[in-house]
Order: sequence, then structure tokens, then C-alpha cells
Amino acid sequence: MSETLVEVENLTRYYQKHRAVSHLNFTLKAGEVLGFLGPNGAGKSTTMQVITGNLAPSEGQIRIAGYDILEAPREAKQQLGYLPEHPPVYADAGVDEYLGYCARLHRIRRHQVGAAVAKVKQQCGLKDVGNRLIGNLSKGFQQRVGIAQALIHDPPVIILDEPTVGLDPIQIREIRELIRSLGSERSVILSTHILSEVQAICDRVQIIRNGKLIYNATIDMLEHSRDTSILIALHRPPAEEVLHQLEVVDQVEALDSHRFRLILKPEASPESLVAASVQQDWGLYQLIPEQQSLEDLFIELTADDEAQAQ
Amino acid sequence: MIWVIARREFGAMFLSPLAWVILAVIQTILGYMFLTNVDTFFVLQPQMMHLENTPGVTDIVITPLMQLASIILLMIMPLITMSSIAEEKRNRTLVLLVSAPLSMTEIVLGKYLSLLLFVLILVSMLMLMPLSLYLGTSLDTGKLFSIYLGMLLLLAAFAAIGLYLSSITDSQTIAAVCSFGALLMLWVIDWIGSSNSEGQSIMAYLSIMQHHHSMLEGIFDSGDIAYYLILICGFLGLTIRQLDRERLL
Repeated sequence: MSETLVEVENLTRYYQKHRAVSHLNFTLKAGEVLGFLGPNGAGKSTTMQVITGNLAPSEGQIRIAGYDILEAPREAKQQLGYLPEHPPVYADAGVDEYLGYCARLHRIRRHQVGAAVAKVKQQCGLKDVGNRLIGNLSKGFQQRVGIAQALIHDPPVIILDEPTVGLDPIQIREIRELIRSLGSERSVILSTHILSEVQAICDRVQIIRNGKLIYNATIDMLEHSRDTSILIALHRPPAEEVLHQLEVVDQVEALDSHRFRLILKPEASPESLVAASVQQDWGLYQLIPEQQSLEDLFIELTADDEAQAQ
Repeated sequence: MIWVIARREFGAMFLSPLAWVILAVIQTILGYMFLTNVDTFFVLQPQMMHLENTPGVTDIVITPLMQLASIILLMIMPLITMSSIAEEKRNRTLVLLVSAPLSMTEIVLGKYLSLLLFVLILVSMLMLMPLSLYLGTSLDTGKLFSIYLGMLLLLAAFAAIGLYLSSITDSQTIAAVCSFGALLMLWVIDWIGSSNSEGQSIMAYLSIMQHHHSMLEGIFDSGDIAYYLILICGFLGLTIRQLDRERLL
């Protein structure tokens, strides 16, 4: 389970003079789902294109399951399934025909193609559209065909660039479940704008901004690191200083005359706060542990960028 | 692997009406010209009875027909080759091939092979017309074979040039215009002046039609074959290089 499948070392990529990705380092183990987040133009798609060999890196090394993408591209690409931003589907081909072609391109033997196509159609919910022309399918179905294409040769590393774009909510849920099930034994990298998606399916999140990696943590760490802030509401609140003097409280912020945000000291429990409220008759009627959501983190990390720009 | 790509590309060519229409139009025009040439032959035949060493039916009917065919195909081939890579770039489907465990050489050769298959069908259909003369007369088989090979090589060279020009742009129209220009240039390059200077013979050597004419007249020169093969390999090499280079941009 701990086999490293993707290694990105010091990856830098220029478009002419513009540096799209700069000195990116990360590794991905089997069984991990990595969420790639970042504002538009941060370099997410470029990174994915470089990993899949569609663009050459200006500097740095990429190894897929131990194969260098530049030195052994054929072996490395055999380990990869890639869904680009625009699903690379032929509008004039039928779904079965197209998937069969993809299977053959990935060196699946002729007599196994039928089984492989049937399997991905089952996984991606394409069973009823096998004979339809891809060009006549809706955007959501085309997206599913694109995902099916990435899975057809059962690769250990799957790279999905915004896989749930254009899908309806039910399809999104299905695709998320699919990705999660894939992630149990494979490595999946996915980029998205939908933050809740990352929280729902990823094991690890990376935020990238201006081509640099600025945040890298597991989802568990993210969820546990910051639950020390609570919201309270009091019917008869004391002065702010009184709250501040409580042993467990680090900072106080008054939201309005009744509601406060308290930042507790690390490892402190709000228990004594409740006790104090009862003793001094503050009339505590609300106490909400505030989890810092990924969204807050994302905005926090990417916003100072905009401030700098201004 | 090359064959997998070629088969899909070849099938896709016939999914759109373009390939069918082109085959039909060429066949109609050349069929008409063929009948005209046969007619001319009947007019000339009585006059030639008394002469020695007269041109045969192959020279009067088939060689001019194929000369005309090569000029028409010079205009038509860019329409066949324009979409092969440019369209994939525009629709962003080239990613599928590039991400698959294939080398650029395999991708380019696959696409080229599908064009060759089309050329083979096209030329074979044209050759059916001269072959029908076997019903009433005898033909110079050696010359016929030379003409067939000459047409194949000419169109194979057109296809290689067209494929390269299709790889440098993502617009089919630009690809078509460029390849038409390039082919026309290769044709007219020996029109430079009428003086027999040193420069002219080089230009004449470069001209694709010079090599083609000698093959249509039944002269099977290994120099001509080498010319075509160098042209084809050169442009295929350029295409591979072009696609490889795009990953660096």
C-alpha cells in the first residue's frame, strides 16, 4: 500500500518567459486521492499536462511508478489514465467504438477489449448509450465517456482534470463514489474548483498559487488542526474583558451584542466556559464549535495574493 | 499500433461525406475525359495506320488522362490531408493519442498510412478505366504498371506534404491553403525562365512534375523513385519533429 506511484521533483515549466509552474515537489502513494486546488491560472492544468507527458517540463523530473516520463515515456504512459479539461472524444464515433479504440491504443489485447469496454461502461454508467454517437450525447455523458477512457486500461495512476464539470448533482455523486472506490488501491490526482468535493473524496489536498505549492496537508490534519474556535451566544453577556480573562480563552471577538467568537487555547475544552456561564448567569443559549472549512483556508491562502496584486 | 490508428483514421475519413464526394467528383470528371480521349484515338487511328513507330493506345488515351488526373489531384489532395492533424488539434483530441503509450512516430505513421490507403483506393479506381480497354484491345502492361506506380508515388508525396502542413496549424483551412500552395510551387518551380542555364536544371530536378512525367511515359528511373522516397521521408520526419516540438512550447 505504501508504494510511491507518482514522484514530481523540482518541476518547473515556462511558457516563453512566463513561469507557469515553479519548483513543484510532491509524491503520491498507492491508495491516495490527491486534490489539486488553486485559483484560475495557478498552474493546475499545466502540472497535469506535464505529468501525463503532453507537455515537456522545462526543469525537473517526473516518475510514474518508477518510470521517468521523458526517458521511458511508453512504460510511464501505460501506467497513466488521463482525463484532460476537454474530454478527448471523437464526436463522429459511437461510444463502444471509441472505447474499443482507446483500449487498443493502450495495448489491451483484441480478445480482451470487449470485456474492458463492458467494465468501464458499467463503472461510468454508460450501459444504455453504447450505440449512440458521442457527438449526440449531452455534456455530462461526454464527460463520463472521457472518464471511462481514462480507466479503460485499469491504470494504477489516474489523473482527472475537473472531472465533475458539466454533470448534474446525481451524476456528481456517482462520479465521486467512483473516484473514491478507485482511490482505494490506485493513486488519483484530481483538480477541481469545488472545495466540498475535495473534502468529500480526497485524502490529501494541495493548494497551488502562481505555480507554487503553498499548502499541502491531509484532510484529517485539516479537519483536526483548527477546531479550537467556537461561536457562543449569550442572553446576558458580560464585558468582553471578562470573557477574555477566562482561563481557556485566547482571543475574543464580538460579533454583535450577544454573539462572540472565542479562540480557545490549544488543547483546551470549552467545558469551563459553560460552567462559568452557569455560575455567573450569562444565559448561554448557543455554542458551536467552528471548523475552519477548506473554503476559508483557500480564501485565506489565495486572497493575500490579490491584495499583493492591488 | 500504427495499424490501429490507421484503421480508425481511415474509417473516420469515410464517416464524413467529404471522401465520398471527392471520389465521386474525380471519377466523374476523369471518366468523361477518358471517353473524350478514346474518341480522339478513333479519329487518329486511320491516319496512323500508314506510319511506323506510332504511339499506341496507352500513349494517346492513358498518359494524357493521368496527366490531367495528377493536376486535378494536386488541387484535391489538400482537402483530404487538411483535417488529419489540424482537426484533432482544434477539437483537442490529439491528447488522447499523446497520452497513450505511443511514440510520435507511431502516431504520424498511423495517420500517414490511412492517407496511403485512401490514395490506393483513389488510384486503383482511376486505373479501372484504362483496364477496361483490355476488353477491346491490348495494352502496354509495363507502361501501365509504371503509370500506376507513378500515380501512387506522386499522391503519396502529396499526402506527406499535406500531413506536415496539417500538423503546423489547428485550422483546416490554413492547412489546405498551405498545402495547395506548396504543391503548386513544387509543380511550377521548373517554369523559371526558358534559358538552359545551370539554375534551371536544379529547378527542373526539384519539380515534382518532371519526375512524374517520366514515369507516366513509362521510364522507370530509380532516381525518380529516390526523389519521391526522400520527399516522403523528409516530410514525415518534419511532422514528427513538429509534434514533438509542440510539447516544449
